[in-house]
Amino acid sequence: MADDATIAGRVRRTPGVATRGSLRRWFGRKSSVGFLMCLPLIVLIAALVVYPALYAIYLSMLNKKMTQFVGLSNYAFLLKRSTFQLVVFQSCFFAVTAVILKATLGFILAHLLHNISGRNQRIMRGMLLTPWVIPLALSTLGWQWLFDSSYSALNWILTAFGFAAVPWLGERWIARLCVIAVNVWYGTPFFMIMYLAALKSVPEQLYEAASIDGANAMQKLFSVTLPMMRNIISITVLFSLIVTFADFDIVRILTAGGPQDMTHIFATYAFDVGILSGDIPLGASVSLFMLPILSICAYFVLRGVTRRGREIAA
Amino acid sequence: MSEATSASVGAPADRHEPGSSLTSQRRWALWGSYAALAIFAVMFLTPPFYMVMTSLKTSAEISAERGNPWLAHHPTLQNFSELMANSNFQHFFLNSVIVTLCVVIISMAISIFAAFSLARIGFLGSQILATGVFLTYLVPGSLLFIPLFQIVRALGLINSVWCLVLIYPTLAVPFCTWIMIGYFSSIPQELDEAALIDGASYPQVLFRIFIPVAMPGIIAATIFAFTVSWGQFLYPMAYLYTTDQMVLTVGIITELIRGDVFQWGKIMAGCVLAAAPPVIVYAFLMDYYIAGLTAGATKG
Repeated sequence: MADDATIAGRVRRTPGVATRGSLRRWFGRKSSVGFLMCLPLIVLIAALVVYPALYAIYLSMLNKKMTQFVGLSNYAFLLKRSTFQLVVFQSCFFAVTAVILKATLGFILAHLLHNISGRNQRIMRGMLLTPWVIPLALSTLGWQWLFDSSYSALNWILTAFGFAAVPWLGERWIARLCVIAVNVWYGTPFFMIMYLAALKSVPEQLYEAASIDGANAMQKLFSVTLPMMRNIISITVLFSLIVTFADFDIVRILTAGGPQDMTHIFATYAFDVGILSGDIPLGASVSLFMLPILSICAYFVLRGVTRRGREIAA
Repeated sequence: MSEATSASVGAPADRHEPGSSLTSQRRWALWGSYAALAIFAVMFLTPPFYMVMTSLKTSAEISAERGNPWLAHHPTLQNFSELMANSNFQHFFLNSVIVTLCVVIISMAISIFAAFSLARIGFLGSQILATGVFLTYLVPGSLLFIPLFQIVRALGLINSVWCLVLIYPTLAVPFCTWIMIGYFSSIPQELDEAALIDGASYPQVLFRIFIPVAMPGIIAATIFAFTVSWGQFLYPMAYLYTTDQMVLTVGIITELIRGDVFQWGKIMAGCVLAAAPPVIVYAFLMDYYIAGLTAGATKG
C-alpha cells in the first residue's frame, strides 16, 4: 500500500521537475516506470507464493521436530499408511465425480436458461446463482444442519413419504456422497454462468445453417454447440478440478474427515496432520502430493486460455 | 432432463419461423425449460431457505421434534438480537470488516498498477510475469497454508487478524490483475498515445483515462476481492485461535459450537448475518459480479 503511494508519487513528479542524475533518468524511462508499477505484485508473489512453495518442499523433508533432514522418508511413510491411501482415493473420487456432475448439470441449466429470454432469464439466473454467492463455509453449516442426525429436515421429508431415515453423515459412502452433493450444489452455478456466456457467443447463423441442412436438435448439439464451446468447457472443467481437488471448507465443516477418516481429502488431512497434530513437515508433504495433478491441470488451463485469447483477438 | 436439453438446443433456431407446428413446439420447449428451471431453483434455494427458517426459531422449537421442521411456527428475531448483543460476535463482524476493507484496498492498488503496466507499458519479462500471475491464481490456498503457517509464526502474526491482511492479497491480486489486464487491453491504443503526445505521464494516463474508462472492470475486480476475503475459511481456521482475533467464518463455528452442543438457531442466525453482505452486493451489482466471474476464462 505504502509502496504504491510512494512509487506513484515519485513517477508523477519526474516529468514536471527539472532533474539531473542517472537515478532520476532511470525513473523517467518507460520500461522502468512499467517495472516499478509491477514491483508490489512481484514482491507479493515472490514472498507469499513462490517462497512458501519452495519452503514447503524443504519443510516436507524434515523430521517432526524440524531438527533433522530426512530426505523423502515423509513421503514414503505417507504412501505406506492406509489412512493416506484412503485420502488419495477419496480426493480423486470426490473431485472427479463432483466435477462431472457440476459440468453436466451446469450444461443443462445453461441450455434451459438460454431457451428463455430477457427479463425472465435474468430473474432465473439470479436465483440459480445464489449458492455460489453465499460464502461456502456458511452454507456448509446450513447443510450440516439439514443432514443433522436427530433433527434432520431431510429425514422428515423421507419419513413423511414412508421411507426410512438415513444416517446422512454417519455412514461412510453416504457421507462421501453428501460431501459431493454439497460441492455440486455450490459449484454448478459457476458452470452454468460460464456455459451460458459461451452459448450466447455462438453465432445464430450456425444454427440456422444447420436447420436448413436438415440437422435435428441432437446433431446441432454435437456438431455446432459442443465444438464451439469445446475450449471454454475444457477451461472450466480443469479449473474446477483444481479448485475441487484442493477444497477444504466442505469436508472440514460437514464431517471433519469422519466417519473413521472416510471423507478426508488432501486439504483436510494436511490440516489435521500439520496444524492440529502439530507435525508441520508431514502436513507439508500431504499437501505437496496435490502438486503433480494440480500442475498438469494448470498447464492445460493456461494453454486453453491463451488459445481462447488468441481466438478472440483474431 | 435430456429431453429438455435437446429441446432447448433446437429452440433458438426456430425463433423466427411462423409455422404453427414449430410455434407450438417452441412453446412446449419454453414451458419445459421453465418447469425444469423452477425445480432446480427450488433445490438450489432449499438450504438458504432452511437456514433462514431455523434462524427464526427458538431453541425450544428446534429441539421439540414436533411438526414440520421446514417452517418457523412462531417466528421470532430473538436469535438475531441476542447475537447482535453478543460482544464476541461484534468482534467477529468488526474483524471481518477491517480485514476485508484492508484487503480490498491493498489488492486493488497492487493489481491496477500491475495490470496497467502489463497491458500497456511492458518491460523485459513482462509477458512471462503476466503468465506467472495467471498461474498464481491457480495455486490453491490448501497447498501453501502450512509453509505460510511457519512464515506467519516467524513474523509473530499468528493469532492476529493482521496475518489475514498479509495473506489474503495473494488470493485476490492474481485474478484481479488478470481481469484488469483484459479490461485495460480493450481500451483503444490511440487514446493513451494522444495523451502521451500531449505530455501526460503514465500515471496521469492511468488515473485520467484508464481508471475511468475501465470502471466496470474495476468494480468487478473489487467485488471479487471482497467476496474472497469475506468468505475465506482455511487461513483463519489455521492461524487464529482466540475469539478476539477471529473473523465471522470461523467465529460462528467456535463461538456457537461448544463440544457437542450446537446452538443451531443462533448458528443459522449468524450465518444469515454473515452471508448478508455478499448477497446484498450480489443483488445490487449482479451484472458486474457475473462479468467478473466469466472474465476469468478470457483475456478480455
